[in-house]
Amino acid sequence: MRLRKVVRLRRVDISKHELVPKHEVLSEEEARRLLEELNISRGQLPKILKNDPMVQKIKAKVGDIIKITRKSKTAGESVYYRVVVGE
Amino acid sequence: MYLSEEQILNRLKELEEKLPASLYNDLKEELMKVRVTEEQLEKIIGEVLRRYEFAKVEPGEAVGIVAAQSMGEPSTQMTMRTFHYAGVAELNVTLGLPRIIEIVDARKKPSTPMMTIYLEEEYARDREKAEQVARAIETLYVRDVVDKSEIDLVNSRVLLYLDEYGMRRKKLGTEEIVARLKSIKGVEIEESGGVISLKLSNPTIKDLRKLANRALDLHLRGIKDITRVVLRREEKEYVIYTEGSNLKDVLRIEGVDVTRTKTNDIMEIQRVLGIEAARNAIINEIQDTLNEQGLIVDVRHLMLVADMMTVDGTVKAIGRHGVSGEKASVLARAAFEITVDHLLQAAVTGEYDELEGIVENVIVGRPVKLGTGMVELVMKRELEESKEAA
Repeated sequence: MRLRKVVRLRRVDISKHELVPKHEVLSEEEARRLLEELNISRGQLPKILKNDPMVQKIKAKVGDIIKITRKSKTAGESVYYRVVVGE
Repeated sequence: MYLSEEQILNRLKELEEKLPASLYNDLKEELMKVRVTEEQLEKIIGEVLRRYEFAKVEPGEAVGIVAAQSMGEPSTQMTMRTFHYAGVAELNVTLGLPRIIEIVDARKKPSTPMMTIYLEEEYARDREKAEQVARAIETLYVRDVVDKSEIDLVNSRVLLYLDEYGMRRKKLGTEEIVARLKSIKGVEIEESGGVISLKLSNPTIKDLRKLANRALDLHLRGIKDITRVVLRREEKEYVIYTEGSNLKDVLRIEGVDVTRTKTNDIMEIQRVLGIEAARNAIINEIQDTLNEQGLIVDVRHLMLVADMMTVDGTVKAIGRHGVSGEKASVLARAAFEITVDHLLQAAVTGEYDELEGIVENVIVGRPVKLGTGMVELVMKRELEESKEAA
């Protein structure tokens, strides 16, 4: 038997970390409206990888648009969008 | 007639969409302090909106160039090489220009990885408990608690002389080491008076040497990659600083504050916390490095740099292997670095250049699409047709 001091490990909720802003998946309807308003296609949005820890946490799929509400040092709060892409 | 608070708030509601949150809140706060008439309120709101519109960056403004200049100029004033960390003198941390370059180059590993580990309240106040967490984090190998090791050829065994002072300081018992050594197969362990002897049946000298090395390399406790730990009292809490970084495992340790604990390894942040956290880390790290030297650069420039580095989901470098090297236009790439290679490659693969960027147009000798040059004239079809008809 190992006498090594047993360190208790736990599961970590990374979304609680202060560096991580709020991530939400947009519904089909919201996504359509957003793209229409910006007059762009999905591919023109900034990207986020499907194996990104936050994407996995909110269980987004490739093609989903993620709304990111950042805490901004200048504007207080700002909204950013990223589309989930495969590798 | 002065307006009531409620009336003011109702009027402000309409602005919520038009103004950024911080500006909106400031305005609300200030308006709550004063008594205004409807006419005055309209005037204030009008002025705030006008100034906000005025402060916005205009379409066509070369924000990238401005950001580059705004970061570039102060960095010429930076001390070329500084190797110390404000506060924790015991730890060596790369700062100054080398650090900025490291961040912007998106290096796989920073030259001096370090972590700042905050503790949960219960642990942060109590020195005992804080030390306990620190001990659980610092990586410890048998090598670290052995004064010297010897191969005894007469009795064909390996002798490990324990560093008892060091063990006491690290609160490590001999039995823990012995227990760990048992994981080596076929070894006979004897311990007496601070000396551990390891025996094998019919060993050659080579076997013994191998055994000695294996024993010394055994991991006793702690987290991989964290080679040194410094516990410091800061204002009202204990904070752990480490040499080496392993965010993923450290966060899982009981007592560590998951919300604030950070590392200076941006790639690791990307892996553990995601691309958005990496973006924030880039901004914070650059800003801290600049501020440490007394240089102030507007965050907006840093935000632009961080956004550019993270647009495609991974942290990529500014420069040949990243942002500049991946530009769509051949001419833009050729104008940056390794000109001939890019032109040759473009010729071989038959690349097409839209001539939309700045550099391309400078090369070709056309007005650049920037500022007032961005505007193009479009004629209404009906107008042209009506002229033809006339």
